Amino acid sequence: MPDARNSILATLRASRDAHPLTPPASDFAPIDAKRWAPEERLPRIRRLMEAVHTEFLDATEADWPAVLRGFLAREGVGTLLYAPATDAGKRLVEGWGKGPLPPREREGTHGASHGEGEGHAGHGSPDPCAAPHPSQASLGLLPSPGTGEGEMVRPTLIPYDRPIEDLKPRLFGSIDAGLTDSRGAIAETGSLILWPSAEEPRSLSLVPHIHVALLRADALYDSFRQAMNEQRWADGMPTNALLVSGPSKTADIEQTLAYGVHGPKRLVVLVVHP
Amino acid sequence: MDHQPAPTKPSRVYYFGTCLVDLFFPDAGMAGIDLLQSQGLTVVFPQGQSCCGQPAYNSGYRAEALKVARAQLDLFPGEDPIVVPSGSCAGMMRKHWPDLFRGEPDEAKAVQVAARVWELTQFLVHVLDVHLTDRGEPLRVTWHASCHAQREMGVVEEPKALLRQLANVELVELKREKECCGFGGTFAVRHPEISAAMVGDKLADIEGTEAARVVSGDCGCLLNITGALEAGGKPVRGQHIAQFLKERIHGA
Amino acid sequence: MAHEPTDFAAASRAALADPQLRGNFRRAMDGLTGKRAAQFPDPAEWHGVRALAASVRLRALAKLPELLEKLEENCTRNGITVHWAATTDEANAIALDILHRVDARLVVKGKSMVTEEMHLNAVLEKNGIEVLESDLGEYIVQLDGTMPSHIIMPAIHLNTKQIAHLFKRRIKDAESREDAAYLTDLARRVLRAKFEAADVGMSGVNAAVAETGTLCLIENEGNGRMCTTVPPVHIAFMGLEKVVEKLEDVPPVISLLPRSATGQPITTYVNMISGPRKAGEKDGPREVHLVILDNGRSSIYADPELRDTLRCIRCGACMNHCPVYTQVGGHAYEAPYPGPIGKILVPQIEGLDKRGALPHACTMCNACVEICPVKIPIVEIMGRLRVEAVKPGGAVKDAGAKASRTEAMVWSGWAAMNASPTAYRIATAAMGKLGNAAPSSLPLLKDWTSVRSKPRFAARTLHDLARAKGIPDA
Repeated sequence: MPDARNSILATLRASRDAHPLTPPASDFAPIDAKRWAPEERLPRIRRLMEAVHTEFLDATEADWPAVLRGFLAREGVGTLLYAPATDAGKRLVEGWGKGPLPPREREGTHGASHGEGEGHAGHGSPDPCAAPHPSQASLGLLPSPGTGEGEMVRPTLIPYDRPIEDLKPRLFGSIDAGLTDSRGAIAETGSLILWPSAEEPRSLSLVPHIHVALLRADALYDSFRQAMNEQRWADGMPTNALLVSGPSKTADIEQTLAYGVHGPKRLVVLVVHP
Repeated sequence: MDHQPAPTKPSRVYYFGTCLVDLFFPDAGMAGIDLLQSQGLTVVFPQGQSCCGQPAYNSGYRAEALKVARAQLDLFPGEDPIVVPSGSCAGMMRKHWPDLFRGEPDEAKAVQVAARVWELTQFLVHVLDVHLTDRGEPLRVTWHASCHAQREMGVVEEPKALLRQLANVELVELKREKECCGFGGTFAVRHPEISAAMVGDKLADIEGTEAARVVSGDCGCLLNITGALEAGGKPVRGQHIAQFLKERIHGA
Repeated sequence: MAHEPTDFAAASRAALADPQLRGNFRRAMDGLTGKRAAQFPDPAEWHGVRALAASVRLRALAKLPELLEKLEENCTRNGITVHWAATTDEANAIALDILHRVDARLVVKGKSMVTEEMHLNAVLEKNGIEVLESDLGEYIVQLDGTMPSHIIMPAIHLNTKQIAHLFKRRIKDAESREDAAYLTDLARRVLRAKFEAADVGMSGVNAAVAETGTLCLIENEGNGRMCTTVPPVHIAFMGLEKVVEKLEDVPPVISLLPRSATGQPITTYVNMISGPRKAGEKDGPREVHLVILDNGRSSIYADPELRDTLRCIRCGACMNHCPVYTQVGGHAYEAPYPGPIGKILVPQIEGLDKRGALPHACTMCNACVEICPVKIPIVEIMGRLRVEAVKPGGAVKDAGAKASRTEAMVWSGWAAMNASPTAYRIATAAMGKLGNAAPSSLPLLKDWTSVRSKPRFAARTLHDLARAKGIPDA
């Protein structure tokens, strides 16, 4: 409503000019004073995020796909959605079939090894949705030591390679986990910085019941402000940028904390050490 | 809400008694004078004083508040501090008089007077640095902090520090010390049910300390709390801190 | 929100008569104040960040018209369609236009206080559009057919047992289990299907960044992200004061809001949206709309004292710390914004005729002022509104609506008595002699003595005692 626009702005301008306001200078020093020694950042991030039920895995650049595969297999995760065109997605596929299987792990019917190296693991099987996967409820539980001898399944990789419209039923119906990269983490609050893109859709970190995020151990910042300044956010924001500090949670029922209300029930940070 | 810089100990102070003390707690008012005199000060009580103007100010009647406040201005000539046995009235004078008189011909005078206002316990601690000797029997007490003393005058620790100077007095703090007792001036009669609920919670907190006495520095709160204690048949007694301190140091 | 003149006193009496409700609030507020305090262990940090956040909000207000234009320009460049609404009716019409154009049948909503202000849900339902609140608390309140009782925790007035009964009654196949985890999971199942199917997602805005055209939303549940990510259309609503100048102004606000609100260091999600899906992107809404609502805010802005009302970042800490709110809960205010901020905001938006009682629902204890993260002088504004209520011709809508000749005469008499030493002496002497004979059934005394003994006038005033003791008069 252009009339509304112009009259609102005219009113505001007249009022402000009649009674100008001189704000005090913004002194950011109290925020910039929040610094931690480099070696303190990761333990602090871990402590803050674990306090809100985030899980941590440690790996190296070489072995993180295998570490992730082992973890997901132990947790009985049937399907992992990933971004095939990202560096992380390529590394995932590359490393997925390599290395020994963890104890008790065996190939799943629609195992990723079939699509190894091509970034379309899980494709080609008639219906990845039919891959065995645990009940939704069990995914909300804390890590459990597997479901029993011989029950382990190598998770099926599903690439996020099409518009959400074509993926919605699967995304909401049968996908257990999603993998994203991150642009680092913030020590002050224990927060991951996610930077979705054309290659890495935003719903990857939102809809699957488990969100796994890679965190490079050398991409740690003291504060939100430091991160946005050093990464020069103001020069160009993506359509969606996010800080994520834990799995979805709520305290709306009598202030009782419950996890996994709408977003991921579990957040797993896979720390990639140099 | 920083304290004004403590002046060197003066030889003479003004005393502004407040209307509630005048009508309902004159003994507490006298006790405050006694405490100041016992520190070697000359205390001046201008007989022309009445009220700081707060009731009208907070009810939306600023012109009436101004009229009453203005009637007090000439009673305190010179530079001597003005000591008030109430955080709420002191807060009105110190914090709100400059606003109330803004743009008035006597604004400068009001600002000058306001800057000299001290709440009693604040003055005893910061200016007089008193050291009290307890001559009373062992007693457990609790402290009720008035909202305006805390948040307009910044008086939080001073009264408790004074109570802790008393060797035979055990101070047990309230769980919700910072919470309003529900008096709020005209609030108590505009919203009697809410006020009653609030003072009910305050009484429960007081009883929880198992103190024999609840001490406070503001007579509005005391009217409310002691009134509710009495009406509820509770054994706890309420008392103004000036009177309590006076009794303790004189062994009454 | 009630459309009729409201009666805070009556509504609060009803609340006080409900021990369950009072217990729920007392427990919740005690918990929240404790959690907030634990987040600010260092007074220097609190004072520093608070001064910074206040400066950010003040700077935004100082440049408000320019920043709104800049926001519009940058949002537009980012592909966000910006709409302006002078009134809630206009805002509702804008929303309906968009919904009709895309033939929307199902709308999912994230938490938005502005849409509560607009009564948007009722408008949509009247137009045959299904609208579902997705914040768990809002969902509970919507199922219950009531309104939020707190701006951050909408269902704080209910306990687990009450919510379990509600779910059993309203959700198919719900078991009767008084278990927050079970109830949460139940809501997850119901709402996930709705997120998937929704045609339009709606949200509020916590801060809109003029510099980059970015809408910031904070939340814990992920429902806000669902509403702004999954449906093909996203409509965001903001009050025109929610703009900030720069991206770097966001961290101070984010630093204080969750800590003040719920005592958590940060919310699970800080969601920064700078446009709809771009070419090549696989998700995100294809359309993003921003509706900027005035609804009386520009009038508030006109007055240099009242303008501070617009600093608010809607953390709700003032409610958590308000001793009156703690006793009566949010519904007694019959407004989208209860508690201290509501007592100053709602009368300015809706007028003093309808809402003149709210500024008096306050003991002026200043607990809210002490903890407000952006230093709004709430009690000073409350005092100003009390003046406006009895003084015709003032700046606020319906100024003078509560003017009463009787009340004015009482205060005029009070002033005459207190401004003259002679009159004061005669009056106080009379009160000392006769005051205690006043029957407890007198109007104001009756209210006082409902739970208190009658105040006893002393036989001799302090003036008398001081004179008798020879205390010098000058």
